[in-house]
Amino acid sequence: MSRTFLGLPALRRGGHGGPGGGTGDPAGAHRDSPVADEPFGPVRHPDAPLRWGESFPRAAKEALGNAQLRRNLAHATSTIRARRAAVVGEVPDWEALRDAGSALKEQVLARLPELLEELERNVTARGGVVHWARDAAEANRIVAGIVKAEGADEVVKVKSMATQEIGLNEALAAEGIAAVETDLAELIVQLADDMPSHILVPAIHRNRSEIRDIFLARMGDAPPDLSDVPRELAMAARAHLRRKFLSAKVAVSGANFAVASTGTLAVVESEGNGRMCLTMPETLVTVMGIEKLVPSFEDLEVFLQLLPRSSTGERMNPYTSLWTGVTPGDGPQRFHLVLLDNGRSQVLADETGRAALHCIRCSACLNVCPVYERVGGHAYGSVYPGPIGAILTPQLTGPGARTGGGHGDPNAALPYASTLCGACYEVCPVKIDIPSILVDLRAREVDADRGRLADPTAAAMKVAGWVMSDGGRFAAAGRAASLGRVAGGRDGVVRHLPFPGSRWTASRDLPAPPGQTFRDWWTKEHEPGRTPPPAHEPGDSGEEQR
Amino acid sequence: MSDARTQVLARVRQALGRGTPSEPVPPEVPRAYRSAGEHAPGSAAVLDQLVDRLEDYRAHVHRVAPGGVADAVAQIVGHATTVVVPPGLDREWLAGLVTDPTSGRSHDAVRVVVDDPAAPLPAEMLDAASAVVTAARVAIAETGTIVLDGGPDQGRRAISLVPDVHLCVLRAGQVVQTVPEAVRALATSPARPLTWVSGPSATSDIELSRVEGVHGPRTLHVLLVEEAGAPGA
Repeated sequence: MSRTFLGLPALRRGGHGGPGGGTGDPAGAHRDSPVADEPFGPVRHPDAPLRWGESFPRAAKEALGNAQLRRNLAHATSTIRARRAAVVGEVPDWEALRDAGSALKEQVLARLPELLEELERNVTARGGVVHWARDAAEANRIVAGIVKAEGADEVVKVKSMATQEIGLNEALAAEGIAAVETDLAELIVQLADDMPSHILVPAIHRNRSEIRDIFLARMGDAPPDLSDVPRELAMAARAHLRRKFLSAKVAVSGANFAVASTGTLAVVESEGNGRMCLTMPETLVTVMGIEKLVPSFEDLEVFLQLLPRSSTGERMNPYTSLWTGVTPGDGPQRFHLVLLDNGRSQVLADETGRAALHCIRCSACLNVCPVYERVGGHAYGSVYPGPIGAILTPQLTGPGARTGGGHGDPNAALPYASTLCGACYEVCPVKIDIPSILVDLRAREVDADRGRLADPTAAAMKVAGWVMSDGGRFAAAGRAASLGRVAGGRDGVVRHLPFPGSRWTASRDLPAPPGQTFRDWWTKEHEPGRTPPPAHEPGDSGEEQR
Repeated sequence: MSDARTQVLARVRQALGRGTPSEPVPPEVPRAYRSAGEHAPGSAAVLDQLVDRLEDYRAHVHRVAPGGVADAVAQIVGHATTVVVPPGLDREWLAGLVTDPTSGRSHDAVRVVVDDPAAPLPAEMLDAASAVVTAARVAIAETGTIVLDGGPDQGRRAISLVPDVHLCVLRAGQVVQTVPEAVRALATSPARPLTWVSGPSATSDIELSRVEGVHGPRTLHVLLVEEAGAPGA
């Protein structure tokens, strides 16, 4: 299997059908062989948006070898971190807002069935049509059906995590419908036939000259003398998309919030592509996870403070649109809301893990995470990267989810993609205790593996238990380990151990053992007359062991 | 309705352990955060803060006395070729514009187009227009935000979106300090389509360097009309 420079598996090339894309790749076409002429890294679209196919340790190892990627990430995450800290610092009641946001989300989950029914009632009363989707395939079918019924073969899209999660663009392409991403970063990703690497700034792994090259090669109508000045690049995108906005019949969006008590939906954005999509076309389809509710309109006063400051580090994002069903004479006259489960009800069933559904997709946890900062988003093998991805993805796809999962699932490694430093919890605007959920998920994975035949971890632990329950055996083991010193290099680090130790050194270095055990040293220093105890003297076990 | 609806709701109820002891109890929501700022709407402190925040996001702010609106409007969009206005806009605000092409200053003539709900302007026409003038519903000082709610003096959403220059006339009394004050004012008619504008459109998608003006109006002018006698008026 060929592998890409970011460790993405070369599984499938979805018909990107990029707007004006000049690759001649027909929508829906799949190529089976690796694309050698791919100028922007042969990044392929994996079949499953929540399970790209490679485990975190392997993908991370490759990503760590990409110096350009790490430079881009370090610049981006440190910049957003500083901005966020500055604007959060100027809010005197930030902690009170977090407390309110956290409790509101907890309330939403506890009352979810009633609030969903209330939302449906209010959207319907205002002229909207509400659809329910159990999984990604069902949601994609619903959206494709609506687009076809409108007689459209192209839709304009606002950046949305939910539609990425269900692989909507690929599903529409398979139906002959081109989905045009209109967020600048998403456009870059789409034109490059790439995958997003950050929730908020999906092209964070691309620098300006890469973006210029992508535009020149793929945009079709990019000015030939395009420079790599960000302003010029943004203007090229503006010109490219304007015609689409003014002529599109159907738009597809996600939603940041849905107000149960009024049926109001909210989209928060910066570029105006959201306003364009939500205003200009005749038909609007919004795909939304069932957890994105807030109980009442007034609750927006909490989240519209928490989200922009946590997300882009702005006091307020440039544009926020709120709409309620259909407004005669203003904006889309046909409105469809697709309520998506796709594993969420399964996450909800877990009393600890359900807090992951509080997430408002701000991405603050990505920007503070020492692991994310070094490996980037692609290594997480899911559209949800970073700390939130490490708790959300395995739960959405874990055992019991319709999509399968279980041991051997690459997503099972995600809860380990963390140092448990706690920075994510500190910045989370809705106070999701990500470290605790990570620990819980790790414990669950270990529990699930208990009793499996020939489990090397269990076997090792059993041996360790036997050795450590006896002082003599333990002393002997310590001296035996000292011999392992020879495995270390000149810097005292063991990088490659033979199997089964190779399972450890595959992803981490091991300090070489010291030449002398603590016990031997102690005996020599403090009890010079006494020789170290023989290896198999049971009587030596006792207090000092405990 | 559909099978999917029944099943999703059933799954959610089951996940919550409805009817069992493990069923979660909805918590009380602590509302210790500020529901209003320390300064009154329209007060000098609030206006100064709004101006500071708007300028920080590269909006152009003009502070005028009530009698100065028409002159200021003429100065800002007087050289535009076509200006779109909503049906309910105060026509006094446009009194300084030269609209008669047969006048002696015909080279300055501005074509004012009213977006009539009965015959809305086509998108191409909005695209060709150089500017739009609207009022606003409420503004938030702490965040530098102006909210439009589609009222007759603001028009449908498309007219304040497509033209490249947006001139928004804001009365001092509409400016509140905090987000909760604005949300509570808007909650009286929540079903109206709302657009919150904080500066011109912007992107930070390329190496996080901020570029103002992407798809929405690239230039935002805010005309802040201060009450007679108020500081700064």
